[in-house]
This record gives sequence, structure tokens and C-alpha cells, in this order.
Amino acid sequence: MKKVIAMEDLDCANCAAKMEKSINKINGVVSCNINFMLQRMTLELGENATDDTLKQISNAVKKIEPDCRLKI
Amino acid sequence: MSRNKKALIRICVALGVTIVTVVLEYTISLNKWIALSLFAAAYLVAGYDVLWKAATNLIHGKVFDENFLMTLATVGAFVIGEYADAAAVMILYQTGELFQRYAVGKSRRDIAALMDIRPEEAVVLRNGEEVVVHPSEIAVGETFVVKAGEKIPLDGVVSKGECNVDTSAITGESLPRRVQTQQSVISGCIDLDGVLYVTATGTYDDSTVAKILELVENASSKKAPAENFITKFSKYYTPAVVALALLVGVLPPLVTGRAADWATWSIWLKRAMMFLFVSCPCALVISVPLGFFGGIAASSKRGILVKGGNYLELLAKVKTVAFDKTGTLTKGNFAVTEVVPQNKRQQILELAAIAEQYSNHPIAVSVCREAKATCEATVTEIAGKGMVAETKNFTVLCGNAQLMRDNGVQCPEVHHGTVVYVAKDGNFEGYVVIADEIKPEAKEAIELLHKEGVSTVMLSGDKAETAQYVSDLLGIDECRAELLPQDKVSELVKLKSDKNKIAYVGDGINDSPVLAAADVGIAMGAMGSDAAIETADVVLMQDDPTAVSTAKKIAKKTLRIVRENIVISLVIKFAVLILTLFGILDKLLFGLGMIVAILADVGVCVLAILNSMRAMLVKKRIKA
Repeated sequence: MKKVIAMEDLDCANCAAKMEKSINKINGVVSCNINFMLQRMTLELGENATDDTLKQISNAVKKIEPDCRLKI
Repeated sequence: MSRNKKALIRICVALGVTIVTVVLEYTISLNKWIALSLFAAAYLVAGYDVLWKAATNLIHGKVFDENFLMTLATVGAFVIGEYADAAAVMILYQTGELFQRYAVGKSRRDIAALMDIRPEEAVVLRNGEEVVVHPSEIAVGETFVVKAGEKIPLDGVVSKGECNVDTSAITGESLPRRVQTQQSVISGCIDLDGVLYVTATGTYDDSTVAKILELVENASSKKAPAENFITKFSKYYTPAVVALALLVGVLPPLVTGRAADWATWSIWLKRAMMFLFVSCPCALVISVPLGFFGGIAASSKRGILVKGGNYLELLAKVKTVAFDKTGTLTKGNFAVTEVVPQNKRQQILELAAIAEQYSNHPIAVSVCREAKATCEATVTEIAGKGMVAETKNFTVLCGNAQLMRDNGVQCPEVHHGTVVYVAKDGNFEGYVVIADEIKPEAKEAIELLHKEGVSTVMLSGDKAETAQYVSDLLGIDECRAELLPQDKVSELVKLKSDKNKIAYVGDGINDSPVLAAADVGIAMGAMGSDAAIETADVVLMQDDPTAVSTAKKIAKKTLRIVRENIVISLVIKFAVLILTLFGILDKLLFGLGMIVAILADVGVCVLAILNSMRAMLVKKRIKA
């Protein structure tokens, strides 16, 4: 399943790269690509993805940049 | 209130308090504790979020981020009694952050706006009434209305009305196009005058606009080698500088045997802190993709869609451009290009038309477009040779050289295009050359590429003589003809090497394998051709081969900007590191030294952002 999520207040390109890296490690995520320019995350979720997966993704984002919000 | 505004207010308040305190300190010499609490207040107003982030990050186990470094440095300043400096550094840091955030946000929005060709709403006719809906709500077959000044929301066919449309958002072509009933229109174009009633031929998701947007938006996820280099570099850079900082802070006092001397420690600790400031790779990480993003936006503004920064980088390095002939350099339609002798043009064409009037062959069609048959005839077709037409008064032979020889007619040899010889009653009258028309811009396109130092090759499936003729006319360096699509691939592979990056320009209809085999596959005139849009790396929306050199120019400029950004950031950062190491910045006050270090971080970043914005500015080629 492909999912595109808009991101708000993503300020730093380096952080975006860090988020990508940590989200790709989450169980249920096939791939995660963050487009800093368009402030947008493109997620490819696997069969085993659950609601918890999204929560984990959102936590990963918060951990790296506390101000950044996902508009799910 | 927006985040930036809040930040600005905090900075102003903190700055005000700091200035007042400094002034009071010098004039009425404040009590040390009052001064400390005033500076601490200013410091907290400006930087409480930095402290908070540093603390939470520390709990999450992340140590070396900029918040932590800032906290370390400013708390350090408080400890050694430089209160004013601590507050000033925090204020400056926040100002820099604010400015950087603003600049990145602004340039990001500017570029995105440049690419925004998305129609926001559409007026659809339902039960005779005009209803305003989102373009995605219109179904195939419904009729929508476009008024003067509005964007055409979906692809469709005009059912009523006529007007001039501005296609520049899609094709980059500045001349407006006239559209009438029964003609198709493309979404994203702007109706300049008049009202159009258009029947939708596809849904929003299939529309040209949606496809272009998807393509351009996905483009920034394909990373160019320069970008990957930076990502890798920054992975090592930060830890390396942090490690160096540690060495700088600890080693010299120990080695010089002054471990007991507080002053020595203080000097080297300050230097170490400056190192830490310079360790943030943000300027590097942001400047490269921003530069490519600007380049991609600039080219899409010219009707050139580049599918990723990597192709832009490759395109800049391309040394050879291979062209397909038919449909790329030529129009791909057969037409009479020459009649010999010229003074008997009408007469020869009329004779030919008599012989060709009943045929549907492309050659016959192009002859009959030039002249009307003047009388009826009994026509016999001789397969592979031509036509013999018997009229009441005379016989016309119309066909190739073989037909002439078979009937004992002498004729000259001609080698380019398709030649139709015409004889009347056994006497040679002249010949008609039917060839693919060369696009008017083709010659200029080749010249422009040569000026860029690019060599050109033509790969054609056509006869050697015809291909050579076109190639000589256009001044193409090399010509390889009589190639089947798979031969084109092997020829291309032969030309290709690590040093010689090659781009292939084709119409994308039957040459997808060649487009795929080239380092950069460029599909031309791709409006409406999905296959081409999918296979090609670069899509030219306009049917104009000069766009190839424009694309090359933009690519070169973008790459130059990206390289400048990398060099500027690295040079300034290393300069600050070296100046710090040799203590040259020590002569400044501690606060000033910190300011230099922060500037080396934020300033470089902003400089790189501004430089990247230049990628968007590409002079438009002025059409004669």
C-alpha cells in the first residue's frame, strides 16, 4: 500500500534524511522516502502494517524534530 | 501566530533586554547578580526551546545535534563568567535559525509555485446548469466550460467555441495557439480569450497536468551522485569534527604540560566549542538537493521535464547527442520537397497526379496534395516500380528508375528521398522528390549543440542516401543509417563509454529500447504519448529540437551551482576550523568568535540557498 503524507514544519534536510533512515527500520514499512522540498513523505507499507506502524512512524518523526507534524 | 513570528518576537525581546543590561552595566555598573539574572532571563527567552530539545534528545540518546552543541557552548560561557556573550550567542543562533528557516521555506515555496500548474476548480455543465467542482469530480464525456483567463482543468475535445490558448505552462512555448471546435485541448493551458465548451476525454488522474506533476514531484526523489556524495560525506563529517573538537579541547593542555593551568584549558575549550559549531552539515545537505530542485523547476518551466537530479547531472556531462531522424529532426510526414526542372513544376506535378490520382499510397497522396489531376486515366500499377496511366491523348509513366529503364526512357540518377520520375509518351519530363520535411528548428538545434561542445550523431532507419542527405544539410557530425530499432541500440552502445556520456533524442514511438539504453533518453513532442513519458528520462513537451540544447544548458548551470555550493560550504567551514585551531579567532572576544562560528554554519547555509535559487533563472531563448 502506498501512502503520501504531508508534513508540516519540517525544517532541516539533514533531519529528513535521519527520519527516512529510522522509519525504514520500522516493522511493516517497505520503504520511506521524504521529499524535503515538497514537505511530503511517501510510504510504502507492507501487508503486516498496522495502526501501530503509523504511530511508530509519527513517533520517529517527533523524536528527530519535535516541531514537525504529520498531517494524516 | 506563525512559528516564525513567535520566534521573531522572542528574539526582539531577548535582544532588548540584553542591550539594556549591557548599557546599564557600563553606565551605572550593575550588581553582578542582577546582571547575571537579566542576562539569564534574555538567554532563556531566546533559547528555552533549544535547551528543551537538547534535554529531550539527550534522553533519546542522541548527543551531537546542534541543540546540544548550543547548550554546551552557552552554558559553558555562563560558567566562565561571560554572561553577555552567552545571551548574545543564543540570540544570534536563533536569528540565524529563523533566517535559515525563512529562506528555505521561501525558496521551497517559490520553486513549488513555479511548478504549480494544478487547476483548482472546474465548471461543469450538468442538466444545463454550470456547477463548480474539483477537476477530479468530472467524468469522461462530461462537458466543462472554460472562460477567458481560466486554466483548462482536463484534457478534452472542444465541442463549442474557439479561442487562443496559452500553452506555456505545459510546453514552454510562448506563442499562443488557436483552438477551434473538434480540436483537442490539454489541461494546464490557459484560455486567453473567448469561452470554450470542452468534452472531457479522460479523468483528472489521466490528464496531462496530473502526469506532469507526478513526474516532476517524483523527480526530486531520484538522487544525483552529487547528492549521494554529500549524504555520505556528512555521515563522516560530523563525527570527525566532533572527535577533532574533543582532541582540540583536551590534548593541547595535557601535551604542553599545563594541565594545571586553568587559562590554557579555557582557551582550548573555547576553540573546541567553535569546532562543534562548524560540525553541523546542514548547509551541505540542503544546498545540493535545493540546487537540483531549482534546475528541475527551471527546465519544467521551459517545457522540459527532467525525471530526476541524476539525469540533470548526466545531461550536464553528455558529450554526444544521438538523434533519431524521422519525427525528431524531420516532421515525419511525406511531402514534395523538390521538382526538377523547377520551371516545369506545375506541368510535372499534374502529369504525376494523373497517374497517382486513384492511389492511397503516401507518395500518391503527397503528389495529389500539390496538384489536381486534369483528366481521367486508366492506371495500371506495376508493383515495386510505379504507375502507367493511359489517357485519351497520351501515356504517362510515373515511378522509379527501374520503370523508366524498362520502358527505354533515359533519366538522371538522384540519391536522396524518394524519387518519382515522370515521362510522357516515352519522353522524360522530370522528376519529383518526395521526402520527409526537415523541421525548421533542426539546423539551429544542431548548431546550438555544437556551440556547447557536444558532438552529434544521427541514427536512422532510413536509406543511407536519404539519411546522409539530411545529416549533411543539418551539419550533423556523423550519420548511421539503415538501422533497425535493435541496431540502433547496438550502435548506441558502441558510441557509449564512461567518458562519453550519450543522450538519445527520439519521438518515443518505436524507439523505447534506444531511449532506455542511452545514458539520458530524451523523448520529444511527447504530449499525449504515455509510452514516451514512461521510458524517457527527459521529456520535451514541445516538438522543437532546440529544447535539447536548452536542457543541456540548464543542466550545466545547475551542476555548476551545486558544485559551487559544495565548495563554498567546505571552504568556509575548513577555513573557520583552521583559524580556530591556530588561535586567530581568539583575538576576538569570545562572543565574536562564536559569532564567526555560527556564521560559518548559518551564513554558509543561506549563501548556498541563495545560490541555488539562481538555478531557476534561465534566460529564455528568444525566437526569431
